[in-house]
Amino acid sequence: MPRLVSFAVFFATWWIASLLAGDAKLPPPPTVLAAMLVEAKSGALFLNLGVTLARVALAFTLAMTLGAAIGYLMGRVRLADRLGDPWLILLLNLPALVVIVLAYIWAGLTEVAAIAAIAINKLPTAVVTLREGARALDAALDEMATVFALPRARTFRHVILPQLAPYIAAAARSGLSLVWKIVLVAELLGRPNGVGFEIGVAFQLFDIPLLLAYSLSFAAVVLVIETLLVQPFEARLSRWRPRAA
Amino acid sequence: MRLDVDIASKKFRNAAGEQHEVIAGLAFALDAGEVGVFVGPSGCGKSTMLRILAGLDHDFQGRVVRPAGARIGVVFQEPRLLPWRSVEENVRLVAPLADEAKLSALFEILELGAHRKHFPGELSLGLARRVALARAFAIEPDFLILDEPLASLDDALAVRLRDQIAMLVDGRSVMTLLVTHDVEDAARLGDRLFLLSPRPARVVAELPIGTPRRARGDAEIAAIKSDIMRRIDGGLTERDA
Repeated sequence: MPRLVSFAVFFATWWIASLLAGDAKLPPPPTVLAAMLVEAKSGALFLNLGVTLARVALAFTLAMTLGAAIGYLMGRVRLADRLGDPWLILLLNLPALVVIVLAYIWAGLTEVAAIAAIAINKLPTAVVTLREGARALDAALDEMATVFALPRARTFRHVILPQLAPYIAAAARSGLSLVWKIVLVAELLGRPNGVGFEIGVAFQLFDIPLLLAYSLSFAAVVLVIETLLVQPFEARLSRWRPRAA
Repeated sequence: MRLDVDIASKKFRNAAGEQHEVIAGLAFALDAGEVGVFVGPSGCGKSTMLRILAGLDHDFQGRVVRPAGARIGVVFQEPRLLPWRSVEENVRLVAPLADEAKLSALFEILELGAHRKHFPGELSLGLARRVALARAFAIEPDFLILDEPLASLDDALAVRLRDQIAMLVDGRSVMTLLVTHDVEDAARLGDRLFLLSPRPARVVAELPIGTPRRARGDAEIAAIKSDIMRRIDGGLTERDA
């Protein structure tokens, strides 16, 4: 219910703003909805959303898997931390645009280049978060596992992974939002389809309803994923925590 | 099956870089089925000794011969349960082969039957300790280590848990090493008592008790207690109130 109120306030603000700013600068919701319907009927909307989502999924999975593995290693092994730290700082501070442009120059305007560039942008933040998680692992529980001679796989699954879960969830959430943003830049610069490409087209034609139609459809998809996937996952992971009254 | 311990020295370096000797010349032996109780003042190095015996700390001078291939069960001072696993899962995790009948019997003795599905965060300290005990016994250990299993429990609860420990230890004659600062626990649970000096720890006296645990009357317990107190010259306190 509070969510619905929140949505209503959003649309009301938008409508009022469009009345004040004029249709040319900010079209009201019905105009944008009409543009959305046109794109949906032609099938372009779903195609572009699907392509962008696929890129997000691939880049996100790649970055999270690699980032989690590297971060865990750096948190557990001192030498790995020493060796990896300068690289990490470099990657963290490398602007997304530089990575994308270089990837396109070196690997051509290809799908591989786009996904690799997006993944590289996300990788360091996943590493940093998971490294923090690995550093915070409880030594007392490690000792318990050692004394009771738990096999490695079981220790990892039942002792280590649950401790890392909040860090994985945090990395996933911040990672998703980062990947959403960067994927559009990568598409704008070097892909022939996707939400980013369409927004680029709309920008060149000054077609504001089209621009907003794609932006908002995309935002809606993100919201659905967050509500249906990320939040239930987090709730399940923390079900053992005593609830606050 | 025999435990042979001769720790010549164990030192720690603190943050300021100074070395502290925690154990100096601690030697003893324990036979199969024997319950050895270590009594010593707080901070004398008992927990350090247990870590070495459990195989968690290899950085010491001396030698520890554990029975080869022995399964070790440990009850740490803090229960060290996995907060994200239920009571039953915590026990089954270390003892995947334990069958239902044995686990039920164990939960029965420790009065945990009603708490199987609870998470450790929902348990009191006394209950969590009992889960830790259940976990240690579930693996049917050859060598059991108990680090102050009755500390910070109220008297009535401590007495009950002490009886339960005695029952479990007698039920399966297992080599047991129990550490406590409470002479009452020592007199009631031990087959062989070792009195430790203040830090750096060494064995000051060894007191074998001939009478089996169950046959000890109040008069005999009192006699053992006063014997302990006399030997350590009142350096130890009764259970913290």
